[in-house]
Amino acid sequence: MSLHVENLKVYYQTLRGDVRALDGATFDIADGEIMGLAGESGCGKTTLAHSLIRLTPPLKFIEGKVELDGEELPLADMEKMDDFRFRKISIVPQYAMNALNPTRKIRKMTAELLASKGASMKAIETELQRRLDLVGLNPEVLDMYPIELSGGMKQRMVMVLSTLLDPSLLMADEITSALDVSTQKAVAEMLVEFRDRNFVKSMMIITHDISILYQVADTIMIMYAGQLAEKASRETVIDSPRHPYTKMLISSLPQVGVQVNVTRLAGIPGTPPQLLEPPQGCRFRARCPLAFEKCLQVPPFVEVEPGHMVACWKEPGKHA
Amino acid sequence: MMEKKSKKRNEFFYFAFKNNKLRIGLLIVLFFLVMAIIGPSFTENDPLSFIHRGVPLKPFESEDFIFGTTVFGQDVYSQFVYGLRATFVVGAIGGGLATLIGVIVGFIGGYMGGKTDEGLNMGTNIVLVIPTLAVLLIISAYLEVRGILLESVFIGCTAWPWTARAVRAQTFSLRSREFVDLAKMSGMKSLKIIFKEIAPNMMSYLLLVFILQFGGATLNAATLDFIGLGPTQGISLGLMMNHAVAHSALLLDIWWWFIPPGLAITAIVGALYVTNVGLDEVFNPKLREM
Amino acid sequence: MRRYFGRKVLIYLLTFFVAVTIDWLIPRFMPGDPVLSMLGRVGTAHPDTVNAMREYFTRVFGLDVPIWQQYLNFWASLLRGDLGVSVYRFPREVADVIMTAVPYDIALLVPSILLSWIAGNKFGAYAARRKWLDNTILPLGYTLTATPYMWLAILLAWGLGIKLDLFPIAGAYAFDMAPHWSWRFISSVLHHWILPFASLFLVNFGGWAIGMRNVIIYELEADYSHYLEALGAPQQLVRKYAYRNALLPQLTGLALQLGVIVAGALVTEVVFSYPGIGFQLLAAVQNQDYFLLQGCFLFIIVGVLLANFIIDIVYVIVDPRTRRGMTGEMA
Repeated sequence: MSLHVENLKVYYQTLRGDVRALDGATFDIADGEIMGLAGESGCGKTTLAHSLIRLTPPLKFIEGKVELDGEELPLADMEKMDDFRFRKISIVPQYAMNALNPTRKIRKMTAELLASKGASMKAIETELQRRLDLVGLNPEVLDMYPIELSGGMKQRMVMVLSTLLDPSLLMADEITSALDVSTQKAVAEMLVEFRDRNFVKSMMIITHDISILYQVADTIMIMYAGQLAEKASRETVIDSPRHPYTKMLISSLPQVGVQVNVTRLAGIPGTPPQLLEPPQGCRFRARCPLAFEKCLQVPPFVEVEPGHMVACWKEPGKHA
Repeated sequence: MMEKKSKKRNEFFYFAFKNNKLRIGLLIVLFFLVMAIIGPSFTENDPLSFIHRGVPLKPFESEDFIFGTTVFGQDVYSQFVYGLRATFVVGAIGGGLATLIGVIVGFIGGYMGGKTDEGLNMGTNIVLVIPTLAVLLIISAYLEVRGILLESVFIGCTAWPWTARAVRAQTFSLRSREFVDLAKMSGMKSLKIIFKEIAPNMMSYLLLVFILQFGGATLNAATLDFIGLGPTQGISLGLMMNHAVAHSALLLDIWWWFIPPGLAITAIVGALYVTNVGLDEVFNPKLREM
Repeated sequence: MRRYFGRKVLIYLLTFFVAVTIDWLIPRFMPGDPVLSMLGRVGTAHPDTVNAMREYFTRVFGLDVPIWQQYLNFWASLLRGDLGVSVYRFPREVADVIMTAVPYDIALLVPSILLSWIAGNKFGAYAARRKWLDNTILPLGYTLTATPYMWLAILLAWGLGIKLDLFPIAGAYAFDMAPHWSWRFISSVLHHWILPFASLFLVNFGGWAIGMRNVIIYELEADYSHYLEALGAPQQLVRKYAYRNALLPQLTGLALQLGVIVAGALVTEVVFSYPGIGFQLLAAVQNQDYFLLQGCFLFIIVGVLLANFIIDIVYVIVDPRTRRGMTGEMA
């Protein structure tokens, strides 16, 4: 499968005007790729995820084209998108712990959901049991009400449910944020397992926690203020990033064993711009130590070496 | 800090003025309120005096009785505007008292927790289950003389349980919010916490509650008056309907005697409900329509 | 679940206890001497008659024994089913008067409560579907629920009963008939029943429609609804789940509204001279028949408590969370 996103723009409608939350995203995810999507709060990563699967007001589709496995996704058409949801593209949402109907037994809810999508519970049941086993859930959970499950169990249930029809692309939205460190690792590894067993073809893991991505992602894409900053293999992003923001981001991560009296933790001075009337050009301009006049124009997100995309006028040489 | 507060207030008024439900609702209530206040000054007729002799007058048939007369020759307009006054008085006092009791009971229970809460909650449930009209009937029936104040107090003392429940739930949720924990950690005394941190958040909610109680008290009073257990003197909208039905206004087709009072109550209470919804939208950004 | 019901039953028993105590207390603590007021009503001045009556009433009120014994006697006769003798319907017993009136109340209340609840919820759910539906149903619902019960009754009686002469406006059946089994009688009963029923139905309907509309909007924005939508479930399924979940607080609301609904039935009966408990209650008040008044009061209380209990049972059946030991909103 492959995901091809071209110049996707999705804004938030507010009484004071449109917030330009996602302003021109162009990138690809290859077959079998696990891409981590990272960035600060408000950088647009959740907007991107929601745009791909459930674009409802106050989100407003402005322009752009998204192709999944060669087919164009009718993002703005809620009804037409239903054909793609769950089967081709799916999500494990941030609110996974509340995502199950509290007054329905899980088995019944699953059966009804499948039936409404034209799938049969009978046909899938054995596979469902197998997957429950894989994530460490007792098959008895199917006959329970969500209230009887712990938070972690509910989340795993949602993971199984969302991938039940083997979607091409799975988006995992901040699924580790509420967990302790060891459970985080377990959940992240479960995701990789899903990909390795072909339950899903490709994945987009959205988080603000880069250390998780370092463990499980193939590639990492960094977003800032509604724009894409950099996308490369995880080693490249961690060890040799090229975008000034990425560089400062990585260097501001605490490292095990480093003591504060030896090396102080560096932050990034300043704050992200508000997106109601965003600054002209590159949105990192105000905080970037390398900014110059050309930065008043939006730098394109281009390939500076195979598999490495950056949006910065300083990289590579030919644009300067 | 001061700027933030005034900005917040401005934002509130901005949304308040733009909200249709709030505007229409308030307009209707204010219309009747004004009528209740200045209406009586347009007539010298006592609402209960038998003035006109002969066939009851229709509305606008005579200059002196623009709303017509009752079967006994009383001035319907006079009854109407004085009755409106009674309605607003009962609504305000009865509704206000019910809100007050409900808030106190609910808040103490919610904040204190433990045995106090258990006891108060049980008391609330008991009063909740008892049909208030039945109790009011029993009490009113034994009192020879009843005034409008007494009626308001009765209503106030029986209508508070749902408010207590709601306030208790709100207090629970606010009590465990982070900003309260912060205040506690910084050493603020309990009372101060209540007034400075919790109360402001509840203010908007209390306003909504009061509006609903006002409407409820109005309906309750009309019902009591209609059965004949309202104030023994004076006039009210419910009493108008009571008299009308008791004296064959339906059969005699004296519609101007029983239609205006009920219409006014429906309009006022309906407007209050709509205002309530509008205010809720103003306070709660999630409900606002784009 | 035992805990849930245990608490409920305790509250109902306590409430009953409180209600009976209030019922017993009020006449004794109201200003004035109940015996004197009874005597005043009898209206004779002959000293022998007065004395005899005073003795009688003192005995009947039980005022010749110490107060705690009066209280216990009251309970004793209550549990025997002896509610005293009606004054204005003398010599019929209060319990008898009440029992004849009860079927009419049940005939009015049960259908109107059930139908208005079901229909109101359905319509309220429709309102959440489309904006234009919302804009019509909402004002209609608010108007109906803001309408005082007796005024709607008056309007219907006057409009449909008198002006259009479609329905009768007094009594439970035609005055020239005595109760018997025949189509004529049954159709007369129905004919007399329709307006009071419609009046109750309409006002309650408005309330439920509004309530459901508000709750279902909230449910449609819940996380589980969003999840289903994200997985591309059809709106039909999302709405079905939201509706079922919204019915639960509406059921709780029904229990809370019982007092109001009963009050509405009372005044409706007054308007239509429909011979239910409400009608008897009013007559009792007007004739100062305190025994009948107290009997009606107790009966209403018991009825409401029973109805509450039934709703509690239904709630447990419907909300799976209460069965699994997690307390829902009701407890």
